[in-house]
Amino acid sequence: MTNIKKLNISKSLLLDCKQTIKDFPLAYETYGKLNENKDNAILVFHALTGDQFVTGLNPITKKEGWWATAVGPGKAIDTNKYFVICANVIGGCMGSWGPKEIDRKTDEPYGLNFPVITIRDIVKSQETLLEYLGIKKLLCVTGGSMGGMQSLQFCATFPNRTFSAMPIACSTSHSAQNIALNELARQAVMADPVWDKGKYIKKNTQPKNGLAVARMVGHISYLSEKGMQEKFGRKLQERGDYDFSFNADFQVESYLRHQGFAFVERFDANSILYITRAMDYFDLSKQFKGGLTEAFKNQKTKFLVISFSSDWLYTTKENKETVIALNAAGADVSFAEIKTDKGHDSFLVNEPEFLKTIKGFIDSMHIKFKNEKRI
Amino acid sequence: MKKEFKVIAELLPKNVRVLDVGCGDGSLMDLLIKEKNIEARGLEIKEEYVKKCIYKGLSVIEGNAETELHQFPDQSFDYVVLSQTLQAFYNPEKVLKELLRVGKSAIVSIPNFGYWKVRTSLLIFGKMPMTKTLPYNWHNTPNLHMCTIKDMFNFCNEKNIKMDKILGINEDKTSQIKRSNLEIKNLFSKIGIFLLS
Repeated sequence: MTNIKKLNISKSLLLDCKQTIKDFPLAYETYGKLNENKDNAILVFHALTGDQFVTGLNPITKKEGWWATAVGPGKAIDTNKYFVICANVIGGCMGSWGPKEIDRKTDEPYGLNFPVITIRDIVKSQETLLEYLGIKKLLCVTGGSMGGMQSLQFCATFPNRTFSAMPIACSTSHSAQNIALNELARQAVMADPVWDKGKYIKKNTQPKNGLAVARMVGHISYLSEKGMQEKFGRKLQERGDYDFSFNADFQVESYLRHQGFAFVERFDANSILYITRAMDYFDLSKQFKGGLTEAFKNQKTKFLVISFSSDWLYTTKENKETVIALNAAGADVSFAEIKTDKGHDSFLVNEPEFLKTIKGFIDSMHIKFKNEKRI
Repeated sequence: MKKEFKVIAELLPKNVRVLDVGCGDGSLMDLLIKEKNIEARGLEIKEEYVKKCIYKGLSVIEGNAETELHQFPDQSFDYVVLSQTLQAFYNPEKVLKELLRVGKSAIVSIPNFGYWKVRTSLLIFGKMPMTKTLPYNWHNTPNLHMCTIKDMFNFCNEKNIKMDKILGINEDKTSQIKRSNLEIKNLFSKIGIFLLS
Protein backbone atom coordinates (compact mmCIF):
# COMPACT_ATOMS: atom_id res chain seq x y z
CA MET A 1 0.00 0.00 0.00
CA THR A 2 2.51 2.53 -1.16
CA ASN A 3 0.02 5.07 -2.48
CA ILE A 4 -1.45 5.77 0.92
CA LYS A 5 -0.62 9.01 2.70
CA LYS A 6 -0.39 8.42 6.43
CA LEU A 7 -0.07 10.73 9.37
CA ASN A 8 1.29 9.25 12.55
CA ILE A 9 -0.77 10.67 15.38
CA SER A 10 1.58 11.02 18.31
CA LYS A 11 -0.71 12.93 20.64
CA SER A 12 -2.67 10.66 22.94
CA LEU A 13 -6.38 10.19 22.46
CA LEU A 14 -8.72 9.01 25.20
CA LEU A 15 -11.31 6.77 23.57
CA ASP A 16 -14.91 6.59 24.78
CA CYS A 17 -14.21 3.04 26.00
CA LYS A 18 -11.63 4.67 28.35
CA GLN A 19 -8.59 3.27 26.58
CA THR A 20 -5.92 5.79 25.67
CA ILE A 21 -4.17 5.42 22.37
CA LYS A 22 -1.22 7.20 20.81
CA ASP A 23 1.21 6.80 17.93
CA PHE A 24 -1.33 5.41 15.55
CA PRO A 25 -1.65 5.92 11.79
CA LEU A 26 -4.36 7.97 10.10
CA ALA A 27 -4.52 7.47 6.35
CA TYR A 28 -5.84 10.40 4.34
CA GLU A 29 -6.03 11.97 0.92
CA THR A 30 -6.43 15.55 -0.29
CA TYR A 31 -7.66 17.04 -3.56
CA GLY A 32 -7.14 20.56 -4.90
CA LYS A 33 -5.02 23.19 -3.20
CA LEU A 34 -5.36 25.04 0.08
CA ASN A 35 -5.42 28.72 -0.90
CA GLU A 36 -3.41 31.46 0.79
CA ASN A 37 -6.30 32.68 2.94
CA LYS A 38 -7.05 29.11 3.96
CA ASP A 39 -10.75 29.70 3.39
CA ASN A 40 -11.40 26.86 0.94
CA ALA A 41 -10.89 23.68 2.99
CA ILE A 42 -13.67 21.11 3.06
CA LEU A 43 -13.46 18.04 5.27
CA VAL A 44 -15.39 15.13 3.79
CA PHE A 45 -16.30 12.18 6.00
CA HIS A 46 -16.83 8.81 4.37
CA ALA A 47 -19.64 6.35 5.06
CA LEU A 48 -19.50 2.79 6.43
CA THR A 49 -17.66 1.13 3.55
CA GLY A 50 -15.97 4.20 2.08
CA ASP A 51 -12.37 5.31 2.35
CA GLN A 52 -10.20 8.38 1.91
CA PHE A 53 -10.22 8.10 -1.89
CA VAL A 54 -13.13 10.44 -2.55
CA THR A 55 -12.60 11.01 -6.25
CA GLY A 56 -10.30 10.19 -9.14
CA LEU A 57 -8.87 6.69 -9.37
CA ASN A 58 -8.71 4.77 -6.14
CA PRO A 59 -5.12 3.44 -6.26
CA ILE A 60 -5.99 0.31 -4.30
CA THR A 61 -9.24 -0.82 -5.91
CA LYS A 62 -8.40 0.75 -9.31
CA LYS A 63 -11.97 2.01 -9.41
CA GLU A 64 -13.38 5.52 -9.35
CA GLY A 65 -13.52 7.19 -5.92
CA TRP A 66 -16.78 6.75 -3.98
CA TRP A 67 -17.93 10.38 -4.38
CA ALA A 68 -16.63 11.08 -7.87
CA THR A 69 -20.17 12.15 -8.87
CA ALA A 70 -19.98 15.12 -6.51
CA VAL A 71 -16.31 15.90 -5.96
CA GLY A 72 -13.63 16.65 -8.55
CA PRO A 73 -12.51 19.28 -11.05
CA GLY A 74 -15.63 21.12 -12.31
CA LYS A 75 -17.93 18.99 -10.14
CA ALA A 76 -20.44 20.22 -7.53
CA ILE A 77 -17.64 20.33 -4.96
CA ASP A 78 -15.09 21.73 -7.39
CA THR A 79 -11.53 20.73 -6.56
CA ASN A 80 -10.25 23.49 -8.87
CA LYS A 81 -11.64 25.83 -6.26
CA TYR A 82 -11.75 23.91 -3.01
CA PHE A 83 -9.26 21.91 -0.99
CA VAL A 84 -10.96 18.63 -0.13
CA ILE A 85 -9.65 16.46 2.69
CA CYS A 86 -10.79 12.97 3.61
CA ALA A 87 -9.37 10.52 6.13
CA ASN A 88 -9.98 6.82 6.48
CA VAL A 89 -11.86 6.29 9.75
CA ILE A 90 -10.05 4.58 12.59
CA GLY A 91 -11.42 1.06 12.77
CA GLY A 92 -11.34 1.02 8.98
CA CYS A 93 -9.08 -0.94 6.68
CA MET A 94 -7.56 1.48 4.19
CA GLY A 95 -4.42 2.32 6.13
CA SER A 96 -5.80 3.94 9.27
CA TRP A 97 -5.49 2.30 12.66
CA GLY A 98 -7.89 -0.65 12.52
CA PRO A 99 -8.39 -4.28 13.52
CA LYS A 100 -6.17 -5.62 10.74
CA GLU A 101 -3.19 -3.48 11.80
CA ILE A 102 -0.41 -4.99 13.91
CA ASP A 103 -0.72 -4.65 17.66
CA ARG A 104 2.74 -3.68 18.88
CA LYS A 105 2.18 -5.49 22.16
CA THR A 106 1.69 -8.87 20.51
CA ASP A 107 3.20 -8.32 17.06
CA GLU A 108 0.02 -9.76 15.65
CA PRO A 109 -3.00 -8.16 14.00
CA TYR A 110 -5.47 -6.80 16.57
CA GLY A 111 -8.54 -8.74 15.46
CA LEU A 112 -11.02 -8.55 18.33
CA ASN A 113 -8.34 -7.07 20.61
CA PHE A 114 -8.99 -3.81 18.84
CA PRO A 115 -10.97 -1.49 21.15
CA VAL A 116 -14.60 -0.71 20.38
CA ILE A 117 -14.52 2.80 18.93
CA THR A 118 -17.22 5.44 18.53
CA ILE A 119 -18.11 8.13 16.03
CA ARG A 120 -16.69 10.66 18.50
CA ASP A 121 -13.36 8.78 18.61
CA ILE A 122 -13.32 8.74 14.80
CA VAL A 123 -13.92 12.48 14.59
CA LYS A 124 -11.45 13.38 17.34
CA SER A 125 -8.69 11.50 15.57
CA GLN A 126 -9.35 13.49 12.40
CA GLU A 127 -9.06 16.86 14.08
CA THR A 128 -5.35 16.19 14.51
CA LEU A 129 -5.10 16.02 10.74
CA LEU A 130 -6.43 19.59 10.51
CA GLU A 131 -3.75 20.77 12.90
CA TYR A 132 -1.16 19.03 10.77
CA LEU A 133 -2.49 20.67 7.60
CA GLY A 134 -2.53 24.06 9.34
CA ILE A 135 -6.28 24.65 9.02
CA LYS A 136 -7.84 26.61 11.87
CA LYS A 137 -11.32 26.89 10.44
CA LEU A 138 -12.86 24.81 7.69
CA LEU A 139 -15.20 26.15 5.05
CA CYS A 140 -17.42 23.09 5.38
CA VAL A 141 -17.69 19.60 6.81
CA THR A 142 -19.88 17.17 4.95
CA GLY A 143 -20.69 13.55 4.32
CA GLY A 144 -23.62 11.23 3.77
CA SER A 145 -24.95 8.52 6.08
CA MET A 146 -22.21 7.76 8.63
CA GLY A 147 -20.33 10.68 7.06
CA GLY A 148 -23.27 12.89 8.02
CA MET A 149 -23.14 11.63 11.59
CA GLN A 150 -19.46 12.52 11.72
CA SER A 151 -20.30 16.01 10.43
CA LEU A 152 -22.78 16.51 13.28
CA GLN A 153 -20.36 15.04 15.80
CA PHE A 154 -17.58 17.31 14.55
CA CYS A 155 -19.73 20.42 15.07
CA ALA A 156 -20.79 19.28 18.54
CA THR A 157 -17.27 18.37 19.67
CA PHE A 158 -15.42 21.24 18.00
CA PRO A 159 -17.87 24.16 17.97
CA ASN A 160 -17.18 26.83 15.38
CA ARG A 161 -14.23 24.93 13.91
CA THR A 162 -16.12 25.00 10.62
CA PHE A 163 -17.97 27.85 8.93
CA SER A 164 -20.65 25.55 7.56
CA ALA A 165 -21.79 21.94 7.77
CA MET A 166 -23.79 19.80 5.42
CA PRO A 167 -24.95 16.54 7.06
CA ILE A 168 -26.64 14.40 4.40
CA ALA A 169 -29.12 11.53 4.89
CA CYS A 170 -28.30 10.82 8.52
CA SER A 171 -29.60 11.19 12.05
CA THR A 172 -28.41 12.19 15.51
CA SER A 173 -28.79 8.63 16.76
CA HIS A 174 -29.27 5.18 15.29
CA SER A 175 -32.86 3.94 15.29
CA ALA A 176 -33.87 0.41 16.31
CA GLN A 177 -34.20 -0.44 12.62
CA ASN A 178 -30.69 0.89 11.87
CA ILE A 179 -29.24 -1.18 14.73
CA ALA A 180 -31.21 -4.26 13.65
CA LEU A 181 -29.85 -4.09 10.10
CA ASN A 182 -26.31 -3.63 11.38
CA GLU A 183 -26.77 -6.58 13.70
CA LEU A 184 -27.86 -8.66 10.73
CA ALA A 185 -24.62 -7.72 8.96
CA ARG A 186 -22.52 -8.55 12.01
CA GLN A 187 -24.25 -11.86 12.59
CA ALA A 188 -23.68 -12.81 8.96
CA VAL A 189 -19.93 -12.24 9.42
CA MET A 190 -19.78 -14.00 12.76
CA ALA A 191 -21.79 -17.00 11.51
CA ASP A 192 -19.12 -17.70 8.89
CA PRO A 193 -16.82 -20.40 10.40
CA VAL A 194 -13.83 -18.78 8.70
CA TRP A 195 -14.35 -15.70 10.87
CA ASP A 196 -13.14 -17.68 13.93
CA LYS A 197 -13.73 -14.91 16.48
CA GLY A 198 -11.86 -12.47 14.30
CA LYS A 199 -8.69 -14.54 14.18
CA TYR A 200 -8.94 -15.28 10.42
CA ILE A 201 -6.64 -12.34 9.84
CA LYS A 202 -3.65 -14.23 11.29
CA LYS A 203 -4.29 -17.04 8.81
CA ASN A 204 -4.33 -14.49 6.00
CA THR A 205 -7.86 -15.40 4.97
CA GLN A 206 -11.29 -13.70 5.08
CA PRO A 207 -14.83 -14.87 5.97
CA LYS A 208 -15.96 -14.09 2.44
CA ASN A 209 -19.40 -15.69 2.55
CA GLY A 210 -20.42 -13.95 5.73
CA LEU A 211 -19.02 -10.60 4.67
CA ALA A 212 -20.74 -10.84 1.29
CA VAL A 213 -24.11 -11.45 2.97
CA ALA A 214 -23.44 -8.46 5.25
CA ARG A 215 -22.86 -6.32 2.17
CA MET A 216 -26.03 -7.63 0.51
CA VAL A 217 -28.07 -6.51 3.52
CA GLY A 218 -26.54 -3.08 3.11
CA HIS A 219 -27.31 -2.88 -0.58
CA ILE A 220 -30.96 -3.73 -0.03
CA SER A 221 -31.25 -0.93 2.51
CA TYR A 222 -29.57 1.61 0.21
CA LEU A 223 -32.22 1.30 -2.51
CA SER A 224 -35.86 2.29 -2.36
CA GLU A 225 -38.61 -0.21 -3.00
CA LYS A 226 -39.62 1.66 -6.14
CA GLY A 227 -36.05 2.10 -7.33
CA MET A 228 -35.37 -1.60 -6.92
CA GLN A 229 -38.57 -2.59 -8.69
CA GLU A 230 -37.79 -0.29 -11.61
CA LYS A 231 -34.20 -1.43 -11.87
CA PHE A 232 -34.77 -5.18 -11.58
CA GLY A 233 -38.46 -6.04 -11.37
CA ARG A 234 -38.73 -9.78 -11.93
CA LYS A 235 -36.22 -9.74 -14.76
CA LEU A 236 -34.24 -12.95 -15.17
CA GLN A 237 -30.47 -13.03 -15.39
CA GLU A 238 -29.28 -14.17 -18.83
CA ARG A 239 -31.89 -16.90 -19.16
CA GLY A 240 -35.31 -17.31 -20.69
CA ASP A 241 -36.95 -19.19 -17.85
CA TYR A 242 -36.43 -20.34 -14.30
CA ASP A 243 -33.55 -22.72 -13.70
CA PHE A 244 -35.45 -24.68 -11.05
CA SER A 245 -32.37 -24.34 -8.87
CA PHE A 246 -30.92 -21.93 -6.35
CA ASN A 247 -28.70 -20.21 -8.87
CA ALA A 248 -29.11 -16.46 -9.31
CA ASP A 249 -32.16 -16.70 -11.60
CA PHE A 250 -33.30 -13.15 -10.95
CA GLN A 251 -31.29 -10.08 -11.85
CA VAL A 252 -31.70 -8.74 -8.36
CA GLU A 253 -30.07 -11.88 -6.95
CA SER A 254 -27.22 -11.63 -9.39
CA TYR A 255 -26.76 -7.95 -8.51
CA LEU A 256 -26.60 -8.67 -4.78
CA ARG A 257 -24.18 -11.55 -5.23
CA HIS A 258 -21.96 -9.44 -7.43
CA GLN A 259 -21.97 -6.54 -4.97
CA GLY A 260 -21.36 -8.91 -2.06
CA PHE A 261 -18.43 -10.75 -3.53
CA ALA A 262 -16.80 -7.68 -5.10
CA PHE A 263 -16.86 -6.12 -1.65
CA VAL A 264 -14.91 -8.86 0.12
CA GLU A 265 -11.93 -8.12 -2.11
CA ARG A 266 -11.54 -4.64 -0.71
CA PHE A 267 -12.88 -4.72 2.83
CA ASP A 268 -11.97 -6.33 6.11
CA ALA A 269 -14.69 -8.30 7.93
CA ASN A 270 -13.62 -7.16 11.40
CA SER A 271 -13.77 -3.54 10.24
CA ILE A 272 -17.44 -4.03 9.38
CA LEU A 273 -18.07 -5.20 12.94
CA TYR A 274 -16.26 -2.25 14.50
CA ILE A 275 -17.64 0.46 12.26
CA THR A 276 -21.25 -0.72 12.42
CA ARG A 277 -20.86 -0.80 16.21
CA ALA A 278 -19.62 2.78 16.21
CA MET A 279 -22.72 3.77 14.22
CA ASP A 280 -25.04 1.91 16.62
CA TYR A 281 -23.49 3.56 19.65
CA PHE A 282 -23.94 6.97 18.07
CA ASP A 283 -26.39 9.06 20.09
CA LEU A 284 -25.46 12.70 20.20
CA SER A 285 -28.11 13.51 22.83
CA LYS A 286 -26.43 11.13 25.29
CA GLN A 287 -23.15 13.02 25.13
CA PHE A 288 -24.56 16.24 26.57
CA LYS A 289 -26.42 16.74 29.81
CA GLY A 290 -28.99 19.02 28.21
CA GLY A 291 -29.49 16.62 25.30
CA LEU A 292 -29.35 17.63 21.68
CA THR A 293 -30.09 21.29 22.33
CA GLU A 294 -26.97 21.47 24.43
CA ALA A 295 -24.96 19.69 21.73
CA PHE A 296 -25.62 22.51 19.28
CA LYS A 297 -25.67 25.46 21.65
CA ASN A 298 -23.66 28.57 20.77
CA GLN A 299 -23.05 27.32 17.25
CA LYS A 300 -22.24 29.92 14.65
CA THR A 301 -21.86 27.21 12.04
CA LYS A 302 -24.35 27.39 9.18
CA PHE A 303 -26.02 24.03 8.67
CA LEU A 304 -27.72 22.54 5.65
CA VAL A 305 -29.44 19.24 6.40
CA ILE A 306 -30.38 17.24 3.29
CA SER A 307 -32.67 14.20 3.12
CA PHE A 308 -33.96 12.06 0.26
CA SER A 309 -37.68 11.40 -0.06
CA SER A 310 -37.28 7.65 -0.75
CA ASP A 311 -34.58 6.97 1.86
CA TRP A 312 -36.00 4.50 4.38
CA LEU A 313 -32.72 3.98 6.24
CA TYR A 314 -32.39 7.58 7.41
CA THR A 315 -35.82 9.00 6.68
CA THR A 316 -36.79 12.61 6.06
CA LYS A 317 -38.51 12.49 9.44
CA GLU A 318 -35.24 11.59 11.18
CA ASN A 319 -33.34 14.29 9.30
CA LYS A 320 -36.02 16.78 10.28
CA GLU A 321 -35.49 15.84 13.92
CA THR A 322 -31.90 17.02 13.52
CA VAL A 323 -33.26 20.28 12.10
CA ILE A 324 -35.65 20.66 15.03
CA ALA A 325 -32.80 20.12 17.49
CA LEU A 326 -30.66 22.70 15.71
CA ASN A 327 -33.57 25.14 15.70
CA ALA A 328 -34.22 24.58 19.38
CA ALA A 329 -30.58 25.44 20.03
CA GLY A 330 -30.96 28.62 17.99
CA ALA A 331 -28.50 27.41 15.35
CA ASP A 332 -28.52 28.68 11.78
CA VAL A 333 -30.03 25.79 9.86
CA SER A 334 -31.43 25.13 6.42
CA PHE A 335 -33.18 21.98 5.33
CA ALA A 336 -34.00 20.53 1.92
CA GLU A 337 -35.60 17.25 0.95
CA ILE A 338 -34.56 15.98 -2.47
CA LYS A 339 -37.41 14.22 -4.26
CA THR A 340 -35.97 11.05 -5.76
CA ASP A 341 -36.60 7.31 -6.14
CA LYS A 342 -32.95 6.46 -5.62
CA GLY A 343 -33.21 5.79 -1.89
CA HIS A 344 -30.39 6.20 0.61
CA ASP A 345 -27.85 5.78 -2.21
CA SER A 346 -29.00 9.10 -3.74
CA PHE A 347 -26.01 11.00 -2.40
CA LEU A 348 -23.60 8.67 -4.20
CA VAL A 349 -25.24 8.54 -7.61
CA ASN A 350 -25.82 11.17 -10.25
CA GLU A 351 -28.86 12.96 -8.82
CA PRO A 352 -28.83 16.38 -10.51
CA GLU A 353 -31.12 18.18 -8.03
CA PHE A 354 -28.97 17.02 -5.15
CA LEU A 355 -25.71 18.01 -6.85
CA LYS A 356 -27.12 21.47 -7.70
CA THR A 357 -28.17 21.95 -4.10
CA ILE A 358 -24.79 21.09 -2.58
CA LYS A 359 -22.98 23.23 -5.15
CA GLY A 360 -25.30 26.17 -4.44
CA PHE A 361 -24.76 25.83 -0.71
CA ILE A 362 -20.98 25.47 -0.74
CA ASP A 363 -20.42 28.26 -3.28
CA SER A 364 -22.61 30.69 -1.32
CA MET A 365 -20.97 29.68 1.96
CA HIS A 366 -17.55 30.30 0.42
CA ILE A 367 -18.53 33.87 -0.45
CA LYS A 368 -19.80 34.44 3.09
CA PHE A 369 -16.75 32.85 4.67
CA LYS A 370 -14.41 35.02 2.59
CA ASN A 371 -16.33 38.12 3.72
CA GLU A 372 -16.15 37.02 7.34
CA LYS A 373 -12.41 36.52 7.06
CA ARG A 374 -11.98 39.96 5.51
CA ILE A 375 -13.72 41.57 8.49
CA MET B 1 -39.03 44.72 -5.31
CA LYS B 2 -42.61 44.53 -4.12
CA LYS B 3 -43.92 47.66 -2.43
CA GLU B 4 -45.25 45.45 0.33
CA PHE B 5 -41.77 44.17 1.19
CA LYS B 6 -40.45 47.72 1.48
CA VAL B 7 -43.28 48.56 3.87
CA ILE B 8 -42.56 45.46 5.95
CA ALA B 9 -38.84 46.32 6.03
CA GLU B 10 -39.70 49.83 7.25
CA LEU B 11 -41.84 48.39 10.03
CA LEU B 12 -38.94 46.33 11.37
CA PRO B 13 -36.18 47.67 13.63
CA LYS B 14 -32.52 46.95 12.86
CA ASN B 15 -30.55 43.94 14.12
CA VAL B 16 -33.54 41.81 15.14
CA ARG B 17 -34.26 38.11 14.51
CA VAL B 18 -36.96 37.49 11.93
CA LEU B 19 -38.65 34.32 10.70
CA ASP B 20 -40.18 34.71 7.25
CA VAL B 21 -42.95 32.13 6.96
CA GLY B 22 -43.56 31.24 3.31
CA CYS B 23 -40.40 33.09 2.32
CA GLY B 24 -40.63 32.21 -1.39
CA ASP B 25 -37.38 32.86 -3.25
CA GLY B 26 -36.01 34.84 -0.30
CA SER B 27 -36.43 38.39 -1.74
CA LEU B 28 -37.74 39.77 1.54
CA MET B 29 -35.04 38.03 3.60
CA ASP B 30 -32.40 39.43 1.25
CA LEU B 31 -33.79 42.94 1.70
CA LEU B 32 -33.97 42.62 5.50
CA ILE B 33 -30.39 41.34 5.77
CA LYS B 34 -28.95 44.03 3.50
CA GLU B 35 -30.91 47.04 4.72
CA LYS B 36 -31.54 46.25 8.36
CA ASN B 37 -28.80 43.82 9.29
CA ILE B 38 -31.55 41.46 10.35
CA GLU B 39 -30.88 37.82 11.19
CA ALA B 40 -33.41 36.26 8.84
CA ARG B 41 -34.61 32.67 8.57
CA GLY B 42 -37.20 31.27 6.21
CA LEU B 43 -39.76 28.49 6.10
CA GLU B 44 -40.92 27.50 2.62
CA ILE B 45 -42.99 24.61 1.28
CA LYS B 46 -41.92 24.73 -2.38
CA GLU B 47 -38.76 22.77 -3.15
CA GLU B 48 -37.68 25.04 -6.02
CA TYR B 49 -37.92 28.15 -3.84
CA VAL B 50 -36.02 26.42 -1.04
CA LYS B 51 -33.17 25.73 -3.44
CA LYS B 52 -33.18 29.31 -4.72
CA CYS B 53 -32.76 30.52 -1.15
CA ILE B 54 -29.94 28.03 -0.52
CA TYR B 55 -28.09 29.18 -3.67
CA LYS B 56 -28.29 32.75 -2.32
CA GLY B 57 -26.81 31.62 0.98
CA LEU B 58 -30.05 32.29 2.85
CA SER B 59 -31.14 30.05 5.72
CA VAL B 60 -34.34 28.29 4.83
CA ILE B 61 -36.17 25.22 6.05
CA GLU B 62 -38.31 23.21 3.69
CA GLY B 63 -41.59 22.59 5.42
CA ASN B 64 -45.28 23.30 5.78
CA ALA B 65 -46.17 26.27 7.98
CA GLU B 66 -49.54 24.74 8.77
CA THR B 67 -47.97 21.73 10.48
CA GLU B 68 -44.32 22.52 11.13
CA LEU B 69 -44.12 25.78 13.04
CA HIS B 70 -44.03 23.68 16.21
CA GLN B 71 -40.31 23.03 15.61
CA PHE B 72 -39.48 26.61 16.59
CA PRO B 73 -39.20 27.30 20.32
CA ASP B 74 -41.45 29.86 22.09
CA GLN B 75 -40.52 33.48 21.43
CA SER B 76 -37.40 32.42 19.53
CA PHE B 77 -37.81 35.27 17.04
CA ASP B 78 -38.41 38.98 17.58
CA TYR B 79 -40.73 39.06 14.59
CA VAL B 80 -42.45 36.46 12.46
CA VAL B 81 -43.55 37.61 9.02
CA LEU B 82 -46.37 36.02 7.04
CA SER B 83 -46.88 37.66 3.68
CA GLN B 84 -50.22 37.10 1.93
CA THR B 85 -50.55 33.48 2.96
CA LEU B 86 -52.84 33.45 5.99
CA GLN B 87 -55.89 32.99 3.75
CA ALA B 88 -54.38 29.83 2.22
CA PHE B 89 -54.25 27.78 5.44
CA TYR B 90 -56.85 25.23 6.49
CA ASN B 91 -56.86 26.73 9.94
CA PRO B 92 -55.73 30.38 9.91
CA GLU B 93 -56.54 30.85 13.58
CA LYS B 94 -54.19 28.05 14.62
CA VAL B 95 -51.42 29.39 12.40
CA LEU B 96 -51.85 32.91 13.76
CA LYS B 97 -51.54 31.59 17.31
CA GLU B 98 -48.39 29.71 16.32
CA LEU B 99 -46.91 32.86 14.78
CA LEU B 100 -47.45 34.72 18.03
CA ARG B 101 -45.98 31.87 20.05
CA VAL B 102 -42.79 31.69 17.96
CA GLY B 103 -42.43 35.45 17.58
CA LYS B 104 -42.68 38.22 20.11
CA SER B 105 -44.56 40.06 17.38
CA ALA B 106 -46.00 39.07 14.03
CA ILE B 107 -46.40 40.96 10.78
CA VAL B 108 -49.25 39.52 8.77
CA SER B 109 -50.28 40.85 5.39
CA ILE B 110 -53.47 39.90 3.56
CA PRO B 111 -54.81 40.51 0.06
CA ASN B 112 -57.87 42.63 0.85
CA PHE B 113 -61.10 41.07 -0.43
CA GLY B 114 -62.83 44.31 0.47
CA TYR B 115 -60.89 46.31 -2.15
CA TRP B 116 -63.33 48.14 -4.44
CA LYS B 117 -62.20 46.37 -7.62
CA VAL B 118 -62.81 43.02 -5.97
CA ARG B 119 -66.22 44.15 -4.81
CA THR B 120 -67.25 45.51 -8.21
CA SER B 121 -66.08 42.39 -10.00
CA LEU B 122 -68.56 40.35 -8.04
CA LEU B 123 -71.26 43.05 -7.99
CA ILE B 124 -71.14 44.17 -11.62
CA PHE B 125 -69.84 41.14 -13.48
CA GLY B 126 -71.14 38.47 -11.15
CA LYS B 127 -67.81 36.64 -11.33
CA MET B 128 -65.26 35.62 -8.74
CA PRO B 129 -62.71 38.42 -8.72
CA MET B 130 -59.33 38.09 -10.42
CA THR B 131 -56.87 40.90 -9.70
CA LYS B 132 -53.11 41.36 -9.46
CA THR B 133 -53.11 40.32 -5.82
CA LEU B 134 -55.73 37.61 -6.43
CA PRO B 135 -54.64 36.12 -9.77
CA TYR B 136 -56.43 32.76 -9.49
CA ASN B 137 -59.61 31.22 -10.84
CA TRP B 138 -62.23 30.05 -8.36
CA HIS B 139 -61.34 26.42 -9.04
CA ASN B 140 -57.57 26.60 -8.70
CA THR B 141 -57.12 29.22 -6.01
CA PRO B 142 -55.06 28.21 -2.98
CA ASN B 143 -56.94 30.88 -1.04
CA LEU B 144 -59.37 28.96 1.12
CA HIS B 145 -60.25 31.72 3.57
CA MET B 146 -60.47 35.07 1.81
CA CYS B 147 -61.07 37.97 4.12
CA THR B 148 -61.20 41.75 4.16
CA ILE B 149 -59.17 44.15 6.26
CA LYS B 150 -62.32 44.68 8.31
CA ASP B 151 -62.74 40.93 8.85
CA MET B 152 -59.17 40.66 10.06
CA PHE B 153 -59.63 43.69 12.31
CA ASN B 154 -62.74 42.17 13.90
CA PHE B 155 -61.11 38.76 14.18
CA CYS B 156 -58.09 40.14 16.07
CA ASN B 157 -60.40 42.05 18.42
CA GLU B 158 -62.46 38.96 19.06
CA LYS B 159 -59.38 36.84 19.80
CA ASN B 160 -57.73 39.51 21.95
CA ILE B 161 -54.80 39.84 19.58
CA LYS B 162 -53.19 43.23 20.02
CA MET B 163 -52.96 45.28 16.81
CA ASP B 164 -49.96 47.58 17.25
CA LYS B 165 -50.24 49.01 13.77
CA ILE B 166 -52.33 48.47 10.65
CA LEU B 167 -51.25 49.72 7.25
CA GLY B 168 -53.09 49.72 3.95
CA ILE B 169 -51.32 49.69 0.61
CA ASN B 170 -52.89 51.03 -2.56
CA GLU B 171 -50.52 51.25 -5.51
CA ASP B 172 -47.66 53.47 -4.27
CA LYS B 173 -49.48 54.87 -1.26
CA THR B 174 -49.28 53.49 2.22
CA SER B 175 -51.59 54.75 4.93
CA GLN B 176 -52.30 53.98 8.52
CA ILE B 177 -55.58 52.31 9.33
CA LYS B 178 -57.51 52.98 12.52
CA ARG B 179 -60.98 52.18 13.74
CA SER B 180 -62.10 55.65 12.57
CA ASN B 181 -61.08 55.20 8.91
CA LEU B 182 -61.55 51.44 8.70
CA GLU B 183 -64.55 51.52 6.31
CA ILE B 184 -62.88 53.76 3.74
CA LYS B 185 -59.45 52.10 3.94
CA ASN B 186 -61.12 48.72 3.61
CA LEU B 187 -62.50 49.93 0.30
CA PHE B 188 -59.34 51.49 -1.08
CA SER B 189 -56.49 49.24 0.13
CA LYS B 190 -55.26 46.35 -2.01
CA ILE B 191 -53.25 44.90 0.80
CA GLY B 192 -53.55 45.14 4.56
CA ILE B 193 -50.52 44.78 6.81
CA PHE B 194 -51.06 44.01 10.48
CA LEU B 195 -48.42 44.33 13.16
CA LEU B 196 -49.65 42.02 15.92
CA SER B 197 -48.49 41.02 19.35
